[in-house]
Amino acid sequence: MGDLFSLFINSVFIGNILLAYFLGMCSFIAVSKNVETAVGLGFAVIFVLTVTSPVNWIIYHGLLAPGALSWAGFPDLDLSFLKFITFIAVIAAIVQAVEMIIDKYSPLLYATLGVFLPLIAVNCAILGTSLFMVERNYTFIESIVFGAGSGTGWMLAIVSMATIRNKVKYSDVPKGLQGFGITMIIAGLMAMTFMMFSGITL
Amino acid sequence: MSQEKTSYMQIVAKGIWKENPVAYQVLGICSALAVTVKMSTSIVMGIALTLVTAFSSLMISSLRKKIPSNIRIIAELAIISSLVIVTDQILKAFFYDISKQLSIFVGLIITNCIVLGRAEAFALANKPLDSFFDGIGNGLGYSLVLVTVAFLRELLGSGKFFGFNIIPQFIFDAGYQNMGLMVLAPGAFFIIGLLVWLKNSLPGISKEER
Repeated sequence: MGDLFSLFINSVFIGNILLAYFLGMCSFIAVSKNVETAVGLGFAVIFVLTVTSPVNWIIYHGLLAPGALSWAGFPDLDLSFLKFITFIAVIAAIVQAVEMIIDKYSPLLYATLGVFLPLIAVNCAILGTSLFMVERNYTFIESIVFGAGSGTGWMLAIVSMATIRNKVKYSDVPKGLQGFGITMIIAGLMAMTFMMFSGITL
Repeated sequence: MSQEKTSYMQIVAKGIWKENPVAYQVLGICSALAVTVKMSTSIVMGIALTLVTAFSSLMISSLRKKIPSNIRIIAELAIISSLVIVTDQILKAFFYDISKQLSIFVGLIITNCIVLGRAEAFALANKPLDSFFDGIGNGLGYSLVLVTVAFLRELLGSGKFFGFNIIPQFIFDAGYQNMGLMVLAPGAFFIIGLLVWLKNSLPGISKEER
């Protein structure tokens, strides 16, 4: 239990998927202009990550990993090179399914999250989390916790960025630096702040 | 014939400088930041991305009349990820060390917005050869940013260039130290921010208001 908790804290703060591994930058820059949309996208990312990470774990360890198909009579088969195309297909399918389910059962939630769901399918943070999950050999339970933790970390980063950008609107930024430039520098400062957490050992 | 050639040159040049995907369209910075600690990894990444973008644009553009528009994203992703798998296998076979260092970022070319963005914005509406050169131009533009950032980060962060020490010892003796910050994540953010500032302040190209 303690291990899982420290994995969660680790993936939220120390190994923040956005500020330490730069995943999901595109939508981070594009959607962080407004706090409400940032919160909406953040929740959508947490949800999709918590679902896709374990599903991809099952598919990878049940079908693709070296020797995983021994039950079918292929003990030497190694399909792990297919993981990119499988993962992206799973992610796209899950995002589509989630969109349809939400649309059917909760129109209210759909109205807030619906716009962001298609964006998420091509968010590097989602694919990156699944690939990290394979590379770091997490167990099934760990993959759920890691997915939820990465999502939370991503949401934390985008919401704080949106609030900071709201304040920056009123400040006097040099002309060439306005927009993208200052956003990157703020992100750099945020990454420095998050690095302080790396001194914590859990 | 010569006219066609110049138009291809123009398409390539547009991608490299005028409409540089990283600096102007804010695309593909995910991996632009992560692989730029060293020159060697960033060059390999640049080449890989250029080839993937060029060939995926070529294929998507040749199929553009066959792909139904409501499932086009999936079709594009299938093409792109097959190309990325090929790239990954080639890297593993011939450049194993670099492929280990790039780890998951080769796979993340799939979700790199440049590839999908060029497919959506250019390849679906243009002829295959034009799209191919557009892919090459954008890929080279991306590589240019990548290599610049990597050059600065490797030089300032560890005092090296392609893994060789180039800062002479007497400068260290005089009290110079490598900036550890540059190797870490924040350094990459700062350099990109400052490069964008520099590019926007250069004369003649700062028309676009942001």
